[in-house]
Amino acid sequence: MSLPPFQRILDAHAPHVQRFLVAAVGRDDADDCFQETFLSALRAYPRLRHRTNLRAWVLTIAHRKAIDSHRARARRATPTGSVPERPTKEVTDRDPALWAAVRALPPMQRDAVLLRYVNDLPHADIGTVLGCSEEAARRNVHEGVKKLRSTDMEEWSA
Amino acid sequence: MNELVARLRAGRNVPNADTGPFVDRAAADGLLDVAYATVDSPFGPLLVAVTPTGLVRLAYSDERHDAVLDDLAARLSPRVLEAPARLAGVRRDLDEYFAGHRRGFRIPIDWSLTSGFGRRVLRATSKIPFGGVSTYREIAAAAGSPNGSRAAGNALGNNPIPIVVPCHRVLRTGGGLGGYTGGVDRKERLLHIEGVLL
Repeated sequence: MSLPPFQRILDAHAPHVQRFLVAAVGRDDADDCFQETFLSALRAYPRLRHRTNLRAWVLTIAHRKAIDSHRARARRATPTGSVPERPTKEVTDRDPALWAAVRALPPMQRDAVLLRYVNDLPHADIGTVLGCSEEAARRNVHEGVKKLRSTDMEEWSA
Repeated sequence: MNELVARLRAGRNVPNADTGPFVDRAAADGLLDVAYATVDSPFGPLLVAVTPTGLVRLAYSDERHDAVLDDLAARLSPRVLEAPARLAGVRRDLDEYFAGHRRGFRIPIDWSLTSGFGRRVLRATSKIPFGGVSTYREIAAAAGSPNGSRAAGNALGNNPIPIVVPCHRVLRTGGGLGGYTGGVDRKERLLHIEGVLL
């Protein structure tokens, strides 16, 4: 069995990757992360061994790109003078308090919460993406949600 | 209690990403092995595929385009992406050809999907000029096998790049049209465009 044309992977999984990235890093950085994710996937694709669960495969790459992006942003945010940072457009431009709180979570918890509720992944697949056991994935979701519940994030309505 | 979950779920409602920049970067990084697009024609939609070497495949719509793409992924590379911008030149040439305003195609041919005698037959066929015709026997001889008319006919029937590699210009020795993939009326129509048939 040979691999299907990559276009089919893109068609099937681009929406999932995009919603994960927009939630994880914000819309401004999501475009870059999206390109990086699919470039890495395309580069590795001919050597791909397991042909099942390609959604978990591309989301694994997206998860790593999100972590890279947060690190890069943290570096940019260290004092560099007076250049004002462009304000980040929030997820759906609604509910900025929620998404700020999500992005303040430790990366594993943040991505576990997003994969569970934004991507509807079962815990076993979340474990695959995060590189941990199903049980650890469940714990990360739980801990993340607990932290969000204890954070004061008034819903923004206008 | 579930209000938080509902707020998180609202994160699904994002517009789809524009994949254009990704495809452009894939090409720039040398990762776009096969680019394809669909082109309208008097025969219905055509699937056209190019590699960095040139035009590698053209398929009428009675070949299932999904199956054609699967075949390209298996035989050439699975790095196959829809990239209409990469095919702008060949699409324009085809449009002009069907409108009767173009006698030749400017894109080079990638012969990767052909081999052996079949490749020699198709190469000989690609030299028949616009407005001209040849015969199965002449093409077989040009490919190095004077008695290979039948094998030449088979090779032409499996032409991976019809229209551009003009297998429709090869006729029976007695003057009969011979066969054509998807029906001889296509062959007649192409020869009509080229002014060979009135």
